[in-house]
Amino acid sequence: MSEEENIIVIRDVSKWFGKVQALRKVNLSIRRGSVVVIIGPSGSGKSTLLRCINHMEVEDEGEILIDGQQLPRSEKLINAIRADIGMVFQHFYLYPHLTVLENITLAQRIVRRRSKEEAERIAREQLNRVGIGEKADSFPAQLSGGQQQRVAIARALAMNPKIMLFDEPTSALDPEMIKEVLDVMLDLAKAGITMVVVTHEMGFARAAADEVVFMDEGQIIEQGEPAMVFDHPRHERTRFFLSQILHK
Amino acid sequence: MAYEDASLAQGNVVTVYRESLRLRLERFPWWFLVILLVTALTALIITTKSTYTEAFSFIRAGLSVTIMTTISAYFIALTLGMITGLGRISRNVVFKNLATFYVEVVRGIPMLVLIFFIALVLVPAVTSSLNTLGERLSAAGLGGLGAFFSSVTNKGVPMQLRAVIALSVTYGAFSAEIFRAGIQSIHKGQMEAARSQGMTYGQAMRYVILPQAIRNVLPALGNDFISMLKDSSLVSVLAVRDITQVAKLYAGQTFRYPEAYLTLAVLYLSMTMLLSLGVKVLEKRFQSS
Repeated sequence: MSEEENIIVIRDVSKWFGKVQALRKVNLSIRRGSVVVIIGPSGSGKSTLLRCINHMEVEDEGEILIDGQQLPRSEKLINAIRADIGMVFQHFYLYPHLTVLENITLAQRIVRRRSKEEAERIAREQLNRVGIGEKADSFPAQLSGGQQQRVAIARALAMNPKIMLFDEPTSALDPEMIKEVLDVMLDLAKAGITMVVVTHEMGFARAAADEVVFMDEGQIIEQGEPAMVFDHPRHERTRFFLSQILHK
Repeated sequence: MAYEDASLAQGNVVTVYRESLRLRLERFPWWFLVILLVTALTALIITTKSTYTEAFSFIRAGLSVTIMTTISAYFIALTLGMITGLGRISRNVVFKNLATFYVEVVRGIPMLVLIFFIALVLVPAVTSSLNTLGERLSAAGLGGLGAFFSSVTNKGVPMQLRAVIALSVTYGAFSAEIFRAGIQSIHKGQMEAARSQGMTYGQAMRYVILPQAIRNVLPALGNDFISMLKDSSLVSVLAVRDITQVAKLYAGQTFRYPEAYLTLAVLYLSMTMLLSLGVKVLEKRFQSS
């Protein structure tokens, strides 16, 4: 596989939090347009790995390449790259003082320097895409959790990202709202956006993932197509983890 | 809810009524009523008794100085406080230490001492070093700028301006802590979300964090304004003719102490009561939304 096909390359990345090593020489390459789902027990380093991809956390060792370009450690240079990488958080983190529309136009205007009209047009497009076009003038606090998370996805998409990162996007949602968010994510997967998703939703992983990565104790234990990892896990730890969550 | 209320009222009309009356009596702000009565009574005395009328019209002359000093010092303090508050949480070592130095120094010195020090030591020191700078500039051939700096004399800085500077510096440190607390009360996820979209630290601060933080600290900043109004009385030690100073002058000339100081106290009280009502309204408005 040539380097150019890989939009994300993670090489020998290690990360410490104080004395705790969160990542141990992780290597992972992600093809353009593919959907990668990272699973693993809590504290396995999967969120840390995800957050390294746009340098919300900076690796202590190793390197990360986005589109062949090494992620800079400089605060100033990272902003342009972050603008191209959408991120969706477990707790949405919408801007509560702004309307839904303003949430989606803010970064477009000040980072992408789009005009108000253009930013609003794009915002409405993305809101319709995630199925809540009618909520443009609401405030985040007036929306359900599922709707808020869909706004957060629209906010990320409005920046025309090359990559979308999802950090446990459904973990904070009430059960009846999980599906509406997963449906949006399935649509995105079909649309061919490169997606890296940390989740416990095995159904989503089976349906959408090109590759499933299982992590434990800061290392990638195994990776492969969903059917392989879920139905024929090669490692004892993967089997144990899967048996734990399937019994839940 | 409405249905429950209705059924409750049908069965126990009288008890509900009594309960609510008792509750209302308990909740009634009696203290405020007393303050209102005292204020009204003083107002009545001022309008009817000639010595009080005289005292009031004498003291009233200082009102504009008190109000102007308070307002201008307050807005300078807010600016200073905002910058210092940002400094306190900055990752820039120099900025952070400067801000912390300023806050700690101000907090460790009594306000009265600080007012003396700034007005009578710091301002003269600054003007004299400006003069020295002016002489050097003139000698270096920059006559225009040099003459300007040389022309700044110590006497050229009026006491009221020094009072405003002193109050601003003091309250700048207080409001810095309010701003810092306000910024730190915003969940760090807000900063993360903004930064993940490619905003710089400054942009995230300006468009995402500060609007929320300032909203949270508006009541505290309002209370600061009230404190500032009261503490502006300290500038009378610089012979600035605010209401405290003129009341003191009036009492000194006439030996009518009750006339001077009762009028003065009620004047402050009615201003602060009015303002704290305003702050309460502000608080309610921002709590509900």
